[in-house]
Amino acid sequence: MERILTRWIDIPDLRHLNVYEAHGGYKALRKALFDMTPEEIINEVKASNLRGRGGAAFPTGVKWSFIPKDSKKPVYVCCNADESEPGTFANRYQLENDPHGIIEGILITCRAVGAHTCYVYLRGEFNLQKRRLDEAIAEARAKGYVGRNIMGSGFDVEIYTHRGAGAYICGEETGLLESLEGKRAYPRNRPPFPAIQGAFGCPTVVNNVETLTNVPHIITRGGDWYKSIGPEKSPGPKLFCLSGHVNKPGLYELPMGYPLKDLIYEVGGGILGGKKLKGVIPGGSSFPIFTAEEAVKVNMDFDSVRAAGSLMGTAGVMVMNEDTCMVDALRTIAHFYHHESCGQCTPCREGCGWIEKLLIDLEAGRGRMEDLEILIDAATNMEGNTVCVLADSLSMPVKSFVPKFRDEFEEHVRLGRCPFRETGTAAKGHAAAAAAR
Amino acid sequence: MPKVTIDGREIDAPDGVNLIQAAERAGIEIPHYCYHPGLSVVGNCRMCLVEVEKAPKLQIACNTRVADGMVVHTKSERTIRAQKAVLEFLLINHPIDCPVCDQAGECKLQDYYMDYDAQASRFPLGKKNKKGKALDVGSGVMLDQERCILCARCTRFFDEVTHTSELAIFERGDHCEIDTYPGRKIDNKYAGNVVDICPVGALTEKDFRFRMRVWYLHRTPSVCGGCERGCSIDIYHHRGRIYRYKPRYNPAVNSYWMCDEGRHGFPALQGETRLTAPLAQDKDRLVPETWASALRRLASRIREFGNANGANSIGAVIGAQSTNEEAFALKRLMVDTIGSDRLATVSWSAPGASGDDELLIRANKNPNTRGLAALGLPAHGLDALANAVAAGELKMLIVMRADLVRMLGEEEFVRRFGALDYMVVLDTDANETCQMANQVLPIAAYPELEGSFTNFQGRVQRLSQAFPPPGQALPAIEALARLGHALDGGERPSSAKDVFAEMAAAESSFRGLTLEALGPNGAELAGLSS
Repeated sequence: MERILTRWIDIPDLRHLNVYEAHGGYKALRKALFDMTPEEIINEVKASNLRGRGGAAFPTGVKWSFIPKDSKKPVYVCCNADESEPGTFANRYQLENDPHGIIEGILITCRAVGAHTCYVYLRGEFNLQKRRLDEAIAEARAKGYVGRNIMGSGFDVEIYTHRGAGAYICGEETGLLESLEGKRAYPRNRPPFPAIQGAFGCPTVVNNVETLTNVPHIITRGGDWYKSIGPEKSPGPKLFCLSGHVNKPGLYELPMGYPLKDLIYEVGGGILGGKKLKGVIPGGSSFPIFTAEEAVKVNMDFDSVRAAGSLMGTAGVMVMNEDTCMVDALRTIAHFYHHESCGQCTPCREGCGWIEKLLIDLEAGRGRMEDLEILIDAATNMEGNTVCVLADSLSMPVKSFVPKFRDEFEEHVRLGRCPFRETGTAAKGHAAAAAAR
Repeated sequence: MPKVTIDGREIDAPDGVNLIQAAERAGIEIPHYCYHPGLSVVGNCRMCLVEVEKAPKLQIACNTRVADGMVVHTKSERTIRAQKAVLEFLLINHPIDCPVCDQAGECKLQDYYMDYDAQASRFPLGKKNKKGKALDVGSGVMLDQERCILCARCTRFFDEVTHTSELAIFERGDHCEIDTYPGRKIDNKYAGNVVDICPVGALTEKDFRFRMRVWYLHRTPSVCGGCERGCSIDIYHHRGRIYRYKPRYNPAVNSYWMCDEGRHGFPALQGETRLTAPLAQDKDRLVPETWASALRRLASRIREFGNANGANSIGAVIGAQSTNEEAFALKRLMVDTIGSDRLATVSWSAPGASGDDELLIRANKNPNTRGLAALGLPAHGLDALANAVAAGELKMLIVMRADLVRMLGEEEFVRRFGALDYMVVLDTDANETCQMANQVLPIAAYPELEGSFTNFQGRVQRLSQAFPPPGQALPAIEALARLGHALDGGERPSSAKDVFAEMAAAESSFRGLTLEALGPNGAELAGLSS
C-alpha cells in the first residue's frame, strides 16, 4: 500500500520545507486558498468521511460545520498534540518527521472555519517534537505560508505552540482548553461545546494531529479517493501503534479495516517468544480488552471494533501473551488512571483510587471474592456519571478484564497470591520482551 | 414560560433556571453539594444527577436549563443508583469523625447519607487517604482537608465574589486538597462566608467551633446592626445568648453574604457592661432603682424644667442605632407630650472603622441613619443643642443610644454640655455617657426587640425578637410609653407593630407600610421606587 501519512519513511528529510515542497507540499493549501470556498473545503472533508483520530471518531467535517458562520468573536483552531494515551506514539513520529504536513492541515482547517489563530498544544515531554515543529513553522513563515497574507491570498493565520506540564487530562479537549487558558486542566461540562465556547470563550475547533494531517491529502485528491481506502463509513489511512508481546512492535500505516489478526501476526511478526496470544486492547489502555478468540476476528476500523465490543480509540494496539497476569495488567492500568484523574468530579476522583486499591490487594493475594463484584460495581457507578470520559477509560477495562478473565482473578483470591509471580513466568516474560527490543 | 415535568408534576419554570431551581418551586429536592445559586456552575460533585428523558446519560441538574416539554425523574431507579454511588464515593476517603466534627447536625454528608444512601460502607477504614486536619488558614477559618469533598464552593467564592483567590485546589485525583498558597493565609473581610457555604465540616469558624452543638440553637431572622447596609441575617441563639450570625438571602441587600465585621459584631451586645436595672445618681455614684421610681423621678424632673424654663429647655439626642419605632416614639414624646422641638441625631462611627468597599461594607456603622432622616429628624443638630446650653436655654437632655462622651471626648463633652442641669440616658450598656448622667434607663439591644431599621438604600427591614432583654431592661418603645403615661396619664402604643402603624400614619416616608408586610426582604420607603 502507498504510504500517505508516513511518507517520511520513503522521502528522507521530508521535515524540511524544500523537500516537503518538492513532493507536492503546500499545493493543497494553495488549492484551499484560491480554488475553494470554506464551505467547499468543509463539504469535501465531510464527503471524505474522515473521522477524528484522537479517540472519539467524530466526523471531522461535521465538527467544523458546528462553528457559527457569522461569529462576532474570533474563531480558534487547536491542534491536540498532547498525545498521552498509553500505548500510543503516532503523533510523536509525525511531529518529528512531517511537521509541514501538520502545519498544512492546520492552515486548511483555519481557512475552512474562518480562524486566524491556531494553538498547538503539545504534551510536556515533547521537547524534540516541539523544536521540530517550531523550526518548520519558522520555515513556513519565511516562505509566506504562515502569518499575514498567506501566499498573497489576504488570509492570515498565526500558529502558536504550547507545551503542557505533563498531565494526561490535558489531552481531553476541554481540559486542553482550560490548560491553554492558564488554568488547571479541569474538563468542562458540556454544553456549551467548544464549537460555541471553546478557547477564551470563543468558537473553537480542536483536532488531533493525525486528523489534521489527513486534510491536505483529502483536499488534493478528493473525498471520494479518501473514502475508497478501507470501509466507506470509517475510511482512510490509519496509524497503528503496535506494542506489547509482538516480535515487531512499532508504528504502522495501514488502511482502516485492516484485520487485527494480520496486524499482530503478519505486520507485527507474531507473538513474542512464540507464545500464545492472551488478549489485545485495540485502542490504547482506555478501552475494553479482546480475548485472543475475539481479537483474531476483528477488523481495525471504528465501526467494526465497536461492533465487536470495544473501541478503536487511538489505535494503540497492546498485545498480551499467555504469560501476562491479567490482574497485574489491570492494576497497572488502574494505577495510571488513578494517578491521572484530575480530581475534579467525585466518581472519578474517588473511584479510580478505590479500584486501584482493590487491585493492589487482589494482586498481592489479599483480595476477597466479593471484591470482584465491588470492582464491577464501582466501575459501573463511575461510568457515564462524570464530567469527562476519564472515568469511563478505567471503567471499560475493569468491566472487560474481570468477566473475561474471571478465573484468573478468582485464582488470585483462592491461592492468596499471584500465580504468575510464583512461577516467575510473568517476570521472565517481561524480561524477554525488554530484551527483544 | 417553559413547562417541565418533574416526577410526574408539571411545573412552570421561568426561562433560564436550572432543574434544581425548577424542582425547588414544586417542593422537590434535588440533592447537591457544589451548586450554589450565588456562584458559577461547576458540576463537579455529581450529586444532582437526574434522569432526563431522551438524554442517553444522566444529566447534572445544576447545569441543565429547563426546556419546554422536558421530562425529569429524580426518583427513578437510575437516579437513585447514581445518588447512592456518589455518596459512596464521597465517603470512601471521608474520615467519618462526626462525633468530634463541629458541622455535625448541619452537615450535608450526614443529611444526604440518611436521605439518599443509608448503606454500609464497602471501603476498609484503614485505607483512607490522610490529609491535613485543624489547619488555621487565616481570618478565623479552620480547614480539615480530610472532610473536604472538593466541591470548590470556597475557592469559587474567593475567585468570583471577593476576587482575592486565597484558596485553591492543589494536587490531583484523590490527593486533591484545598489549601492556601505557600506562605500566604486568608486575609479577607468576608472569609466567614466560606464557612457558611461549605456543605461539610471542612471549613469551620474558629470563634464558633466547639462552643455549641448546632441542634441546640434557635434561629431568628433579623438584620445586622453593624453598618448602614443592614444585611439580612439569622441570629442563632440559645438561652438568651447569641452564638453566631449567618447571612440570610436578600437579593435587594446582601445576596447570600455578609462581612466578618458584622458577623462578629454580636459579642458587643452581650458583654459585661450590659445595663440590667434603671440607675439614678446618688452623690457621685449611680445606684439601681425600680422602673416605677425611675419614671416617677424622670417625669417630675421633666415637669419641673418645663414649668421653670419652658418646654424648650428640654432636648433629646437620638442615636442612629435606634430603631425607626424608637426614634419615632421619642420624637413624638418630645414634640407632642413635652412640647419641645430641640431634637438632634447622632450617626457616629468610631475612628479607624473600615470604609466603604465594593461589596457590602459601609463606612457609616449605624444601621438606621436613613431611618432617622426619613422621620424628618435633623441630620445633625448637636451643635445647635450645645449653643442652646451655652446660652442657658437648654437645661435637660434625653440621650438615646448615643455615647456622646466617647464620640466627643470627655473634655469636649464637658465644654459643650457640662452646664446641663440634668441628663438622662437610654442605652443598652454602661458607657462613658452613662457615667455622667443623672439617670440611666436600660433598654433592649436590637436582637431583643421587635422593630425595624431603614438601610442606606431606603429599605425598611424587620427586626425580630430572638429572646427578651436581660434583667429589667425594656424595649425602648415600652420605656418611652411608660414615661409618657407618667407625664400625662395617657395610654400610648408600646408594641412595635402599633408604633409602626402610628408612624406610617404620621410620617409620609413610611406611608402605606406595616411592620408585618415588610416581609423577609424588607420594603422600600414610600416614594422611593418611582
